[in-house]
Amino acid sequence: MPAGAAGSTTQLGIDFAYLVTGVCFIMGLRYMNTPKTARLGNTISIVGMVIALAATGIVLDWPAGWWIVLIGLGAGAGVGIYAARAVKMTAMPQMVAIFNGCGGGAAAMVASAELLKLHPATTAVPVDLAITSVLTAIIGSISFTGSIIAYLKLQEVMTGRPITYPGQQVVNGLLAVVAIGGLVLVTLNVDTVPAFFAALAASLVLGVLFVLPIGGADMPVVISLLNSFTGLAAALTGFALGNNVLIISGALVGASGTLLTLMMGKAMNRSVANVLFGAFGAVKKVEGGPAGSSGSGVVRESSVDDVATMLAYARQVIIVPGYGMAVAQAQHSVRELADQLEKKGVEVKYAIHPVAGRMPGHMNVLLAEANVPYPALFDMDDINPEFPRTDVALVIGANDVTNPDARSSPASPIYGMPILDVDKATQVVVLKRSMKPGFAGIDNPLYELPNTSMLFGDAKSSIDKLVSGVKAL
Amino acid sequence: MNAFHLLSELTVFVLAVFVGLEVISKVPATLHTPLMSATNAIHGIVLVGALLVAVVATPTLGPVLSVVVVFLASLNVFGGYVVTGRMLSMFKPRPTAPPAPADGGKK
Repeated sequence: MPAGAAGSTTQLGIDFAYLVTGVCFIMGLRYMNTPKTARLGNTISIVGMVIALAATGIVLDWPAGWWIVLIGLGAGAGVGIYAARAVKMTAMPQMVAIFNGCGGGAAAMVASAELLKLHPATTAVPVDLAITSVLTAIIGSISFTGSIIAYLKLQEVMTGRPITYPGQQVVNGLLAVVAIGGLVLVTLNVDTVPAFFAALAASLVLGVLFVLPIGGADMPVVISLLNSFTGLAAALTGFALGNNVLIISGALVGASGTLLTLMMGKAMNRSVANVLFGAFGAVKKVEGGPAGSSGSGVVRESSVDDVATMLAYARQVIIVPGYGMAVAQAQHSVRELADQLEKKGVEVKYAIHPVAGRMPGHMNVLLAEANVPYPALFDMDDINPEFPRTDVALVIGANDVTNPDARSSPASPIYGMPILDVDKATQVVVLKRSMKPGFAGIDNPLYELPNTSMLFGDAKSSIDKLVSGVKAL
Repeated sequence: MNAFHLLSELTVFVLAVFVGLEVISKVPATLHTPLMSATNAIHGIVLVGALLVAVVATPTLGPVLSVVVVFLASLNVFGGYVVTGRMLSMFKPRPTAPPAPADGGKK
């Protein structure tokens, strides 16, 4: 513990407050286990944060630094609250990414300060501080720049497609070697300051280059991985500062991010390494023809009236939303369509693939925003047996998660990924902007099946037309 | 610094990881986005570290970077909690009557 200059009783009180904060965070996450108590959980978590900040306030040098708190915290709170309120629900993933990056950047800076405070050019740095602070700087920096690239990709400031170039892995490998080399040199107290800055710079560049080759549809995995990175960086900052609340909180976040990352990898039947290094979707399959199983090449286009009739006279309709629904911001229209159908006695369910959208659970949040009752949302395993009993599967802007090749064609790059069995429904209606292949650049034989019809156009306007079509019947 | 101290910190860390895994694995898929946002806000706790290194007599980072580090961490905390709150407010139980004021803007 830091030598209690201000008196050990004060330090004891502060450490106790930090313990309370840790408990608040754990309880807050625990209450996230049902939608009913989740908001209470968030409140408890906020209370914990306030307690930790208030306790920290006791030991700060207010006369010297009050203006730093005023400007830094004031501006951070102002911008953060404004941005978080102003952002559209569909843009949430990039908002979370950017806040995550800020946390990572802050952790890297705190660790740097802690290390440089010792005047490492002239003084020997203790081994434990060297390891924890340089590691924090490395991981925090990767999270900082990586999150910024993820943000730019999701915001579509830059292309969501993987960006690849020859020797990419080699360059990344070299940067990693520089970063680790810097860590070793600082630990050995050799050229500490230049070594530290070399590691820092290499990590900042690595963060950029490591996210560049990862495509937009794999962003859920990247964001949750970067989240766990920032968590880990926060925990390591705690080691460097000798601060338990940072260690506990960082560990919780690191564990959570890692678990979510692995869960999503599993949902795609791909290893996390494949997601990160596979540049999935960049490699255009040249094999062409033989991949498609039925390969009739004939796509049946349908009209709004036909689809409206089909839906209105169905017994059960399953709606399969994907990223296209988010892009078109069609969630409210989808809810309205479901309401109209339910008025006609049609049973409407929603099938949610674990990696639909750009964040884990992305579709759930959007549909919740449109007031879709959450018991109507079904996970993949629960809804798949329902498809053979379903009259119409309505696919809204989802592509790869419905591709039957994943089940049947070993040649397909997504072979083995669990999918929603929409093709087993009596009729499949696919709402799609155009015939362009999905993110993965893979043809979807679903569109050529005899029981599939396509409705081209913007998802929102198509659904709005369907709503009036169904109403008119 | 001594090894015993590092080990006791490591103990706290490892136990917290297990608690985290245990708690997180109970969260349903529906809440995974708010969960990620909630944990995102929680690592904003690095603001404590930011304040500890920035608000001292002679901050190592100098005045400008000290403001920046507090700013970044505050952005993480406040933005994170507000976004989480907004996401969770969508999971509110529905108002008593389904065609409530929510879509009252019909023409």
